[in-house]
Amino acid sequence: MRRAFLLVRRRAISSIPVLLIVIVGAFLLLEAAPGDAVDAYLLSIGGGDPALVQSLRESYGLDQSVAARLWLYVTALLHLDLGWSVIFGRPVLDIILERLPNTLWLMGSATALAFGLGSLLGIVAGARPGSSADRTLSIGSLALYAVPNFWLGLVLSVVFAVQLRWFPTSGIETIASGKQGLARAFDIAWHLVLPVASLAFVYLALFLRMMRAGMAEAWRQDYVLAARAKGLARRRIVLRHVARNALLPLVTMLGLQAATMLGGSVVIENVFAIPGFGRLAQEAVAGRDAPLLTGIIVVSAVLVVLVNLLVDIAYALLDPRVGASDAAA
Amino acid sequence: MSVLQRLLRSPEGAIGLAILCLLAATAMSAGAFFPRDPLSIVGPALVPPFSDMAFPLGTDRLGRDVLAELVHGSRASLMVGIAAAAVALVVGALVGTLAGFAGGLIDEALMRIVDAFQVVPAFLLALAFVSVAGASLPVVVLAIALGAWTAPARLARAEVLSIRERDYVAAARVIGMRPLEIALREVLPNALAPVLALSSVIVASSVLIEAALSFLGLSDPNIVTWGSMIAEGRNVLRSAPFLSIVPGIALMLTVLGVYLFSEGLGQALAGRKART
Repeated sequence: MRRAFLLVRRRAISSIPVLLIVIVGAFLLLEAAPGDAVDAYLLSIGGGDPALVQSLRESYGLDQSVAARLWLYVTALLHLDLGWSVIFGRPVLDIILERLPNTLWLMGSATALAFGLGSLLGIVAGARPGSSADRTLSIGSLALYAVPNFWLGLVLSVVFAVQLRWFPTSGIETIASGKQGLARAFDIAWHLVLPVASLAFVYLALFLRMMRAGMAEAWRQDYVLAARAKGLARRRIVLRHVARNALLPLVTMLGLQAATMLGGSVVIENVFAIPGFGRLAQEAVAGRDAPLLTGIIVVSAVLVVLVNLLVDIAYALLDPRVGASDAAA
Repeated sequence: MSVLQRLLRSPEGAIGLAILCLLAATAMSAGAFFPRDPLSIVGPALVPPFSDMAFPLGTDRLGRDVLAELVHGSRASLMVGIAAAAVALVVGALVGTLAGFAGGLIDEALMRIVDAFQVVPAFLLALAFVSVAGASLPVVVLAIALGAWTAPARLARAEVLSIRERDYVAAARVIGMRPLEIALREVLPNALAPVLALSSVIVASSVLIEAALSFLGLSDPNIVTWGSMIAEGRNVLRSAPFLSIVPGIALMLTVLGVYLFSEGLGQALAGRKART
């Protein structure tokens, strides 16, 4: 445990400058956008006289130089103040925290499904490389890997929501159903089936392919030959010697995929009209809400860093070699 | 046996190459077969596919020929995919080479920037960039490249770190070549092969990101793309699902072609290596 702690502390410290670059970069990028929050606000209320414009700019601090505002933004961020959203008229952080749980449920379930089923099918395929099960799964996963997730979402919703009416087409829960507790949880889960499936399938294919490739590699190792020479049952070799060693790279992949999955949820939330973090990003783009979009980019970066820290912990617990140099130092 | 022969021997390589050739031919001949603007209205709205030979794949809800749109859409997908990958590879290779060759503070600073780009979801970055710079093809290419250059940069740096200690680099230094000249003329070309191997993955993901962006309406409205076709078909998803399904299949085939080709190529190159 000490090993994992030291590793995480080192990674956490090294991610501070990285996050700082993200903050400055996001701020400057959105700064380059034509028009500012006041322009967007005026457009929404139908214009105003120059005196109002001036006073609004002053109240938002928009009359100061870029450097001064960047400094203001960074110092406010240290107090967890992400600024004020133009389209919602509320603090950015509040809106993001309100939307984030939906997206975390979506991503968490998709990750669990992709990792669980993907590695399981990968073991089936990798247990006997070259077998018919292996070939079918390999070809199927390659085809699945090429499917655009938002298109898969549309197809799934046409088949299972429109034609078969098994699942709802959109939303996160039945509106104004008054459901509480477990009934509400089931309702949300029922709404999440199709979005989770459309987000997960691509990664399922990825994990399957990685697991299979890792196992094919492991079969050629000497320790597997030794296990066979000892006369161990094939099942035991497959699970304890081959699959176990092929599993580690998948854990690394979990961290690497966190960012792309967060990006993918933007489109999936659009397809299924889920009021989540990704849809918020789209609303911010549509409403030219620069403070909100900056906040979204910063929070997503923090999220990805956190997921990677979790993966580091898992990795250190799984592999005794990881972080050993930290513990020794 | 040449690499091409090996490539054609493996089923993956042959199928992948066939798909890609077909796509390239489609994209290049789009103007010849469908000289009209694919966004022009040519017939009644919502003709189902395979019912009227004048519109083999039917028409959309504005009466535009789906086949013509599909064929013209292949241009945007391929162009954006290849251009974004090219930009990402060039920028990534240059930054990676510079970081690996310079070392020290420059290396540290550049790699932290790479880290920063990697913790921001590429799709969010592209979304923000397009929303700031306005939707047009060059902007979309840059937006996608912005999220894709980090992997080649890391790989190039790792390669350069191993190459810079070789004898021929020392020799170049002895004959008085300047560091920048050594980095670009001696080190970079030798670090390029593994970086280029990434290109197919980047092309495939660029095609998918482009499609997702135009699905969300963030592409040039005057150019047909498969993503915008899917978005357009979504309005009549219940009554005419084929409008969204057809361009999706084209997208899938394109990406599959790229993956199959790269897998076949990988096998062909590995086979050659094992032999020599």
